[in-house]
Amino acid sequence: MRFDLLFGAIAFCAVAGVPFFIPWATVMLTIALGVGLAVLGVVVLLRAGQISFGHGLYYAAGAYTVAFLVQARLGLDTLLLLPAGALVATVIAVAFGFFAVRYRDIFFAMINLAVSMVAFSLLEKLYSITGGGDGLNVARPTLAGLKLGRVSFEFWMFYTTLAIVVVVALVVGRYLASPLGKGLEAIKSNETRLEYLGVSSARILHIAYGVSACLAGLGGGVIAIVTGHVAPEFAYWVRSGEFVFIAILGGAGNVVGAFAGSIVYEIVRNYAAAFAADYWQTILGVSLIAIIMFAPQGLTQMRFGKKRGGA
Amino acid sequence: MRQIVLKAENLRLRFGGVVAADGASLTAHAGERIAIIGPNGAGKTTFVNICTGYLKPQSGAVIFEGKDITQLAPRTIARGGIGRSFQLPQLFLDNTVFENLLLALSAREGTWRPWMRLDRHPKADEMRDMLEVIGLSSVGDRPVRELPEGMRKLIDIALALALKPRLVFMDEPTSGVSSREKFSIMDTLVRALDHSATTAIFVEHDMDVVSRYADRVAVWTGGKIALEGTPEHVLNDPDVRKNVIGV
Ligand SMILES: Nc1ncnc2c1ncn2[C@@H]1O[C@H](COP(=O)(O)OP(=O)(O)OP(=O)(O)O)[C@@H](O)[C@H]1O
Ligand SMILES: [Mg+2]
Repeated sequence: MRFDLLFGAIAFCAVAGVPFFIPWATVMLTIALGVGLAVLGVVVLLRAGQISFGHGLYYAAGAYTVAFLVQARLGLDTLLLLPAGALVATVIAVAFGFFAVRYRDIFFAMINLAVSMVAFSLLEKLYSITGGGDGLNVARPTLAGLKLGRVSFEFWMFYTTLAIVVVVALVVGRYLASPLGKGLEAIKSNETRLEYLGVSSARILHIAYGVSACLAGLGGGVIAIVTGHVAPEFAYWVRSGEFVFIAILGGAGNVVGAFAGSIVYEIVRNYAAAFAADYWQTILGVSLIAIIMFAPQGLTQMRFGKKRGGA
Repeated sequence: MRQIVLKAENLRLRFGGVVAADGASLTAHAGERIAIIGPNGAGKTTFVNICTGYLKPQSGAVIFEGKDITQLAPRTIARGGIGRSFQLPQLFLDNTVFENLLLALSAREGTWRPWMRLDRHPKADEMRDMLEVIGLSSVGDRPVRELPEGMRKLIDIALALALKPRLVFMDEPTSGVSSREKFSIMDTLVRALDHSATTAIFVEHDMDVVSRYADRVAVWTGGKIALEGTPEHVLNDPDVRKNVIGV
């Protein structure tokens, strides 16, 4: 726990300094943090042993909500757009959750995949509303009431995102340590006992499902604003798979790991795409296999690799 | 006559060709401790499963405190005041012993506050005391996965009792517990039951435990009660001695 905090603090300082020392990496890092929010959503569900291969849906819900609101020319501020995106994603998840949380394991993964693919094709087909395969452009909104130029917007958007990430990490960390969060671990290990304690495991999972979609929606909103563009690919299964991939990369069930994982992923993706355009996915695949074999607890756990348990 | 807590009436349930409950009936009065004995496959666990909502009988009814609970889900029955421990302990293996108990506490108190750390539960001390009582304080912070079967058995019972049920079913509470420890464990358990005036129905294979701790014994064979009475009456019955105890 101490190590976790220390590591988090060091990582935070390193990340916070980037706009000053490596200004060109600012946007890349903002994107990594935005994706990290969605990954954290996947991590929450992993606590209950459940994998969603469809969280692109909630990511896209957040992103498109922001895009629609910006296109509606209501003059909404970034600080209003982001919660709006998170809210819409949460509402969809809570509604669909009544159905989804009845399933477990592969069925849970596939139900999520299926719904996200329906959303993907709707985003592609409903051209007049969603812009079809081309997606929508998101004009730069104000930030805290200020109309900023591109460079200073990127600069401040980074710190806004970082602040959101810190608050979210603390809140989610607390949630995971609370009875509700520990209840997720209980779902993973023994639902029978949970039921015999008089607890509805479906309800505990439903809450987690809402929380995880809220995070994915928030992340999608950040990406929409930072990249200035949304596209149906946000809901595509490859995107959802990436979130799961990064969650495992960073250490499934680890809050800091979700962001560490997505920063590493974003860097590798950028460089590998530049230097080995045809192979970078292979490189990622091989690195995932290596992590599963050598650091199953994920990257952050490798550092202080305190082995738990016996043989 | 003392108040009737549980009345199971004429329960029937068959799995394909196997008749697991064949008109099983049992009545438990407030504060009573009833032992269920019988050979393997007699339907003892099935009876417990039906009474706690895990299985639905094809006919018959389970009445708890005057209310028909036959068709209710296990969690509704658990909330209604019936606790249960299992033949094979059902625990949260990845969590610590203490966390297991705290989850039971949260379940009982309905304290699902997302901003409250589980280990800072306002009534956590109650669970610390419980760990003390069952002699597991020293392993409170260990994941259950690392503990031997005997300890798991105790934790499983503790989870049931942490709910402060008015009736508790225990499926072979002393199996997996060393014979050296079984009496001290049962002493503790019975003291706790008496203290809270909890009615108990327990399945048991150990006749020493039965004769020492049960007020009444029900002999199960072929999915129903073959004989019922005080421990000395039942345990001295020639048929029971031959077919169940095996002497
Ligand atoms: N879910 C099930 N599906 C099919 N058959 C079952 C099921 N549960 C129990 N049975 C069968 O019903 C019969 C009664 O089983 P039960 O577990 O109730 O016996 P028991 O008296 O508890 O035995 P033991 O002393 O071995 O625990 C057995 O023949 C068992 O194989
Ligand atoms: Mg049994």
